[in-house]
Amino acid sequence: MSTLEIRGLEVSVTTEKGPIEILKGVDLTIRSGETHAIMGPNGSGKSTLAYAIAGHPKYTITRGSLTLDGENLLEMKVDERAKAGLFLAMQYPVEVPGVSVSNFLRTAATALRGEAPKLRTWVGEVKSAMKALNMDASFSERNVNEGFSGGEKKRHEIMQLELLKPKIAILDETDSGLDVDALKIVSEGVNRAKEANDLGILLITHYTRILRYIKPDFVHVFANGHIVEEGGPELAEKLEEHGYVEYVNS
Amino acid sequence: MSLLTTNYLTPTGREEAWRFTPLNRLAGLHDGTSITGDRKSLGVRKALPPGVNISRVSAELVPSDSVSDDAITQRVQSEAADVFLVEVAPNHSLQEPIYLDRQRSGMDSAELSRVRINVGLHSQATVIVENVGNAILAEDVEIVLSPGATLTFITLQEWGPDSVHAARHHATVGADATFKSITVTVGGSLVRLLPRVDFSGPGSSAELVGVYFATAGQHFEHRMHVDHGVPRAKSRVNYKGALAGDKAHTVWIGDVYIRAAAEGTDTYELNRNLLLSDGARADSVPNLEIETGEIVGAGHASTTGRFDDEQLFYLMSRGIPMDQARRLVVRGFFSEIISQIHDEVIEERLMGRIDSELDKAGQQ
Ligand SMILES: Nc1ncnc2c1ncn2[C@@H]1O[C@H](COP(=O)(O)OP(=O)(O)OP(=O)(O)O)[C@@H](O)[C@H]1O
Ligand SMILES: [Mg+2]
Repeated sequence: MSTLEIRGLEVSVTTEKGPIEILKGVDLTIRSGETHAIMGPNGSGKSTLAYAIAGHPKYTITRGSLTLDGENLLEMKVDERAKAGLFLAMQYPVEVPGVSVSNFLRTAATALRGEAPKLRTWVGEVKSAMKALNMDASFSERNVNEGFSGGEKKRHEIMQLELLKPKIAILDETDSGLDVDALKIVSEGVNRAKEANDLGILLITHYTRILRYIKPDFVHVFANGHIVEEGGPELAEKLEEHGYVEYVNS
Repeated sequence: MSLLTTNYLTPTGREEAWRFTPLNRLAGLHDGTSITGDRKSLGVRKALPPGVNISRVSAELVPSDSVSDDAITQRVQSEAADVFLVEVAPNHSLQEPIYLDRQRSGMDSAELSRVRINVGLHSQATVIVENVGNAILAEDVEIVLSPGATLTFITLQEWGPDSVHAARHHATVGADATFKSITVTVGGSLVRLLPRVDFSGPGSSAELVGVYFATAGQHFEHRMHVDHGVPRAKSRVNYKGALAGDKAHTVWIGDVYIRAAAEGTDTYELNRNLLLSDGARADSVPNLEIETGEIVGAGHASTTGRFDDEQLFYLMSRGIPMDQARRLVVRGFFSEIISQIHDEVIEERLMGRIDSELDKAGQQ
C-alpha cells in the first residue's frame, strides 16, 4: 500500500525572464489501486504538476510538500524518486540519439532493481512486454524514441510502465495521438500494470474516451494552477459536454 | 629535393592557419628546433590480406603527390628519408582491413614520417592506423585513389597524455572513386590533423567523419580542406566533439572550395560539439567558398551545446543515476560515428576510453 501526498504545492518555472508562478497550491492524495483523472484547459499547469512530482530541474517548488509513503520526495533526485516507486509517462517523450531501447531498458531495470536482470529471463520479459503493446521486436534495436511516431512513443512509455513496475504512475496525455486500436492496447497495458502491482494512477487527459477503458475513481478539474472541482466519473461527462468555461476565471 | 630547412616559413601564430594552435606545445615541430631521430614506428599489426604490398622505400622513389603550405608538412616532405608505402593492386576487393600501428614510440626524439597509400583501379580497401603510446610525430599521409577505387581510411589517435602529433592526411580522389576517412582523437597533449581532399576526376566522392574528446589541458585541432575542382563530385563532413575540464580546447575548421569548373558539386559539412564542463573551449569555423552557381547543393552547420537536460531527465526518470545517464548520452552522441568503424573490438575499446575520459572529467 503506497500513498503519494501532495500538499499546498506551489511551483514556478525558470525562464530567461525570471521565474513564473504556475502551480498555486495543489492538494491531492493518490493511493495504491486508485485511479485519479485530471482534466483541464491547455496551459492550466497539468504537465507542470507531473514534471514537478518527477523532479524536472526546470521547475522549482516554492511552497508545499510532496511525499511518497511519508518519504520527502523533494529531497530526492530524479532517479531516486523513480527508485522510490514513481513513474512518469510523458506527454512528449524525449528522443535520446545513439542509445538503443534495449540498452536503455536494461540500464533502467538494473538501476531500479539494484542488480542486472538475468539475461535469459530479461530478454523474454522485454519481448513479451513489447508484444503486449503491439510493438515490433525491431524497436529494441532502435534509438530511444528517435523517429518513433507519436503513437509509438506512447506505447513505448506504457511498455516501460509494465516492465519497470512502479507504485504510482503519472500518465500525461498518454491518450493523445493514439488511434482507436492503439488507445485500447495502451489502456489494457495500463490496466494490466494496475492489476499486477496495485498501481496508483494519476491520469491527465483531455478526453473521456480513455476513461471508458481506464475507469477513474476520482475526477479533478484543473484550472489556473490548481484543482477547482472534484467528483466521480460523472464529472468527466459533464466536462465533455460543457467545457471549462465555468472554471477558467476561478 | 632541394628545399632547405631555412626556406620553410616558420609560423608565428598570427597566421590564419595557426591562430588557434599553442605553438610552444608543438615540441619544436613547427620551427625545426625539435631533435629528429631516425625512429620508424609505423608497422603492420596483422597479417595482410592478398593484393596488398607494404614496403619502405627511399623518398626519392616516391615523390610527394601534392604540395602543402603547412610548414610541418613541408618539413616532413623534404626531410623524411623514406616512405612507408602501402599498395593495393588493381581490381582487388580486400576482405579484411589493413591494420597498421605505431610501435616503439618515444618522446626522446621527434619522428618525421611519410606514408603513401595507393589504391589501384577499381579496388576496395580499408586501412586502420592505431596511434598509441607517447610520441612526437610529424606525419604526412598521402593517399591516391585510382579511378573507381574505394578506400576507408581510419586513424585512431589513442595517444598517451604527452604525445604531440601533427599530421596531414591528403587524399587525391580519382574519377568515380570513393574515399571515406574516419578520424578518432581521444588522447595526446596536442593533436593537429589536416584532412585534405582533392578530386582529380568527375563523379568522385569523399566523406570525412570524426570524433574527438578533449579533457583538461588537451588541444585537439582538426582542419578539413575539401577542394572541389572537378564536376559532379560529392563531399560530406561530419565531426562530433566533446570537451570536459579546464582548458580543454578543440578546434574544428571546415574549408570547402567549389571552383568554377566544379559544376554539379554536392557538399555538406557539419560539426557538433558537446561542452561538458566550464573552462573548456570549442572553436568551430565552417567556411564555404563558391565560384559557380551550377551546383546540386552546398551547406554547413555548426553547433556547440551542453548536455540536453531533457534527455538526462528522461533517463533519470527511469531510475538511471546522473553519471550513468551522462555516460549513455555521451556514448550515444559518439556512436553515430564510432559505429561506422565496423570493428567491434575497436569500437568497444574506444567507447571504454570515452567512458574513462568522462570519469576523469567528472572527478575534477
Ligand atoms: N519553460 C517555460 N517557460 C515559460 N512558460 C512555461 C514554461 N513551462 C511551462 N510554462 C507555462 O506554464 C503553463 C502551464 O503549462 P503546462 O505545460 O503545465 O500546461 P498543461 O496544463 O499541461 O497544458 P496542455 O493541456 O496544453 O498540455 C503554460 O502557460 C506554459 O506556457
Ligand atoms: Mg500538458
